[in-house]
Amino acid sequence: MRKYIVKRIFISVVILFFVAFIIYALMRCLPTSYIEQVARQRSMAPGSMSYEQWMERLAAQYNMDKGIVVGFFGWFWTFLKGDFGDSWKWTVPVIEKFNDVIWVSFIMGAISFFFELIIAIPLGVIAATKQNSKTDYIISVIALAGISFPTFFFASLLKLVFSVKLGWFDLFGLVGRNYNNLDAWGKVLDMAHHLVLPIITLVVISFGSLMRYTRTNMLEVLNADYIRTARAKGLSERKVIYHHAFRNTLIPIVTIVGGSRPGLFSGALITETLFGINGIGYVSYQSMVGGDIPFSMFYMVFLAVLTLLGNLLADILYAVVDPRVRIA
Amino acid sequence: MKDDNNNKLNPTHLNGVPKRAAEIAVEHNRDKVKAIEEEDRKENNRNKPNEEQYSLNDDRRVKVLSPGALVAKRFFRNRLAVTGMSVLVFMFIFSFLGGVVTPYGEKQIFYRNDITNKEYCSVVTNEEFRYMSNDPLFSGIAQAQAYLAISSDQEQYSYNDVTYDIEKLSDDLYVVSVGGKQVGLAYKDIVNSLSAEVSENDFGFVLAALSAYAKGESSFTANGKTYSLSDGDIKLNGEDVAYISRFIVRSAYPDVVLSKRFKTELQEALETGDEDFLFTEDDGEEYEYSLSYDAYRKSYSVKQGKETRVIDQYSPPGKDHWLGTDGNGMDMLTRLMYGGRVSLIIGFIVVFIESIIGVIFGGISGYFGGWIDNLIMRVVDIFYCIPSTPLLIILGAMMDAYNVDPKIRMLYLMLILGFLGWPGVARLVRGQILSLREQEFMTATEAGGIRISRRIFRHLIPNVIPQLIVTMTMGLGSTIIIEATLSFLGLGVRFPFASWGNIINDVNNTFVLTNYLFIWIPAGVCLLATVLAFNLVGDGLRDAFDPKMKR
Repeated sequence: MRKYIVKRIFISVVILFFVAFIIYALMRCLPTSYIEQVARQRSMAPGSMSYEQWMERLAAQYNMDKGIVVGFFGWFWTFLKGDFGDSWKWTVPVIEKFNDVIWVSFIMGAISFFFELIIAIPLGVIAATKQNSKTDYIISVIALAGISFPTFFFASLLKLVFSVKLGWFDLFGLVGRNYNNLDAWGKVLDMAHHLVLPIITLVVISFGSLMRYTRTNMLEVLNADYIRTARAKGLSERKVIYHHAFRNTLIPIVTIVGGSRPGLFSGALITETLFGINGIGYVSYQSMVGGDIPFSMFYMVFLAVLTLLGNLLADILYAVVDPRVRIA
Repeated sequence: MKDDNNNKLNPTHLNGVPKRAAEIAVEHNRDKVKAIEEEDRKENNRNKPNEEQYSLNDDRRVKVLSPGALVAKRFFRNRLAVTGMSVLVFMFIFSFLGGVVTPYGEKQIFYRNDITNKEYCSVVTNEEFRYMSNDPLFSGIAQAQAYLAISSDQEQYSYNDVTYDIEKLSDDLYVVSVGGKQVGLAYKDIVNSLSAEVSENDFGFVLAALSAYAKGESSFTANGKTYSLSDGDIKLNGEDVAYISRFIVRSAYPDVVLSKRFKTELQEALETGDEDFLFTEDDGEEYEYSLSYDAYRKSYSVKQGKETRVIDQYSPPGKDHWLGTDGNGMDMLTRLMYGGRVSLIIGFIVVFIESIIGVIFGGISGYFGGWIDNLIMRVVDIFYCIPSTPLLIILGAMMDAYNVDPKIRMLYLMLILGFLGWPGVARLVRGQILSLREQEFMTATEAGGIRISRRIFRHLIPNVIPQLIVTMTMGLGSTIIIEATLSFLGLGVRFPFASWGNIINDVNNTFVLTNYLFIWIPAGVCLLATVLAFNLVGDGLRDAFDPKMKR
């Protein structure tokens, strides 16, 4: 087991290396004039550094003056040392800005993940046990509709109904106008209030795939021989489903759910942007559109790391949860 | 095992596709064999003269279907899938035929005539003395002195060694004379001439008219003619020649001369207290004026409603534009049709690109195994790790910075999306082929000495096609969403081209979100319906291809 994990980590690092190289090369291949253009624009801003200083700083961090391969090794080394440079747009070190905004995204993701679980898994089980019934159809269509909803359309509808027509929530932002006058508990409530719509959006958009996954796996388990045996023994249907079938369904679910957890940190780009919530998604979106190269690069590599971590976690969980799986 | 694990985050795996790959294949082959047998039997049947003679347990009585027909039959039995299919058919007709049928063009801009109110003139009630002079003696300072004398109720004043006598005719009318000769007038009521026969600057006429008006007489004589006077209207032989009033009409523009008729009619309107007033110019053009009283400035402001041609922005749904017009004055329904065309075409091309690349690499990887497989799979891993949304956003922002032509931009978008999407297909194809190549029919092809490329593409790939079709159908839906999202962020398809995403883009303007539902709801519904339909059809196809799932 340990040997396997070490091997996987090693492979992950190699993959990360190449991914980082591609991202670095992409940034370098952005027509140089684009980088220069952005640097020039930045230097125009009042009180900003001069154009030469911007370029110099970029060259120092990203070895812009060297060839791509040599430059990449230099950059990778500084990156591994934890030096991510200073953000152009936010004028603070990248890591500091990152630290500012990541937790909102994380909390948002965690809450919506929780709701996703308690909605998707029971619905999936119900749909599978009543396969081909009306309930099954309705649940499946709802799940598919959730998957098919473009985030921005659904968020706009929510805004229209709950913010504009009913006036229950603000259209934008994480805190209300009165935020600074509230006490600590009031501040938390205020934020929670502003997070309701984004979280609903996230849950509706994402619960469908988990529900379908649950349903498929449950169906497979229900067709297994040991379920027939359980029924033949004369166990109550309740016991068959929740005791025998559901537990076995949990194996693949735990795997995939566990594997997707690092994704909690990746932020929800579209949702955050639409609701004006200063999480990692929105901030990185602004950085990318604004040509903030240090921040965008950091964010992309960060996402790559999360994906790799997720894969690794899923594989390990698979072996841990299901004793039948032997890993060589 | 290891590679299997890698599949964990594969979205197709989420739907539980690759699991029963082997079984499906077996099923499929069995179907094939059966089909061939049935074909033969049918051949024989044709030679038989009478089909009624079959015995009860003769299975020739059973209607025989090819595997394709079986799939189709199963598919059409699925009501949801059929609904999805009909939605898709409708969307295709709507997008591809709609553009031909609609009378409007994609980029046609509509105008409408709008009435804008512009300050035209102002009307003030005169509260101050005006002066009229008949002699150089009564000018400038003499007038000012007269005003001082009047306000202190003096009957005489002197200026420059000349003595002026003031005769009061009424509170608002004073006549100034020097040595018996009337040299000037101080008055508040104003005589406005309506015909060329009389002049407002004719001292004698004005004096006579105002005195008569002040005294309340019904007629007066001036310049040898007798005029009748009633209610401020001065008539000569029954014809209006002038009128007396306190209103002063001032034009807001130095170059606009207000006609006398306009002034009269305006005054009438003001006196009756109307708020609107229609006036037909001499050239027959009719204008509408709105009148409002400003109590602070004690004046009426008259605004002219002027017809101007403006872009027909956000006009609500109506007879000409069934879904209204958008912010650029373009017909919404037509934009929606062309937008659908763009979204669908992009979806198809992207899926086509990613399937081609995916099938080639997946096929090679699965068939050869070994180091080639390892290499390709590591490349796939790397592609999987590249965060595609941020990448697309950066590329979009870059294209913005360079003002790439919208048409070329669309092309780039398709290429990039296609190139980012192939690893999923490659994984799927590889997984299928790994299990297929161990089966007997592959051994048979090997024994038969068939070329490798032929073995892969004629024998392996066709067996993967059912799975591939399902994935591609679902992929179409997600590609359309990705494209729409990018366009929504302003980084995908750009104006002047329409796409469902960039039509909804307008909701970023809160005013549109709130007030112009007809702009963004239809596009969103189209998008949702199409993607949902693709997913339903994909689902239906999967169930149809995989009869094991339906018990």
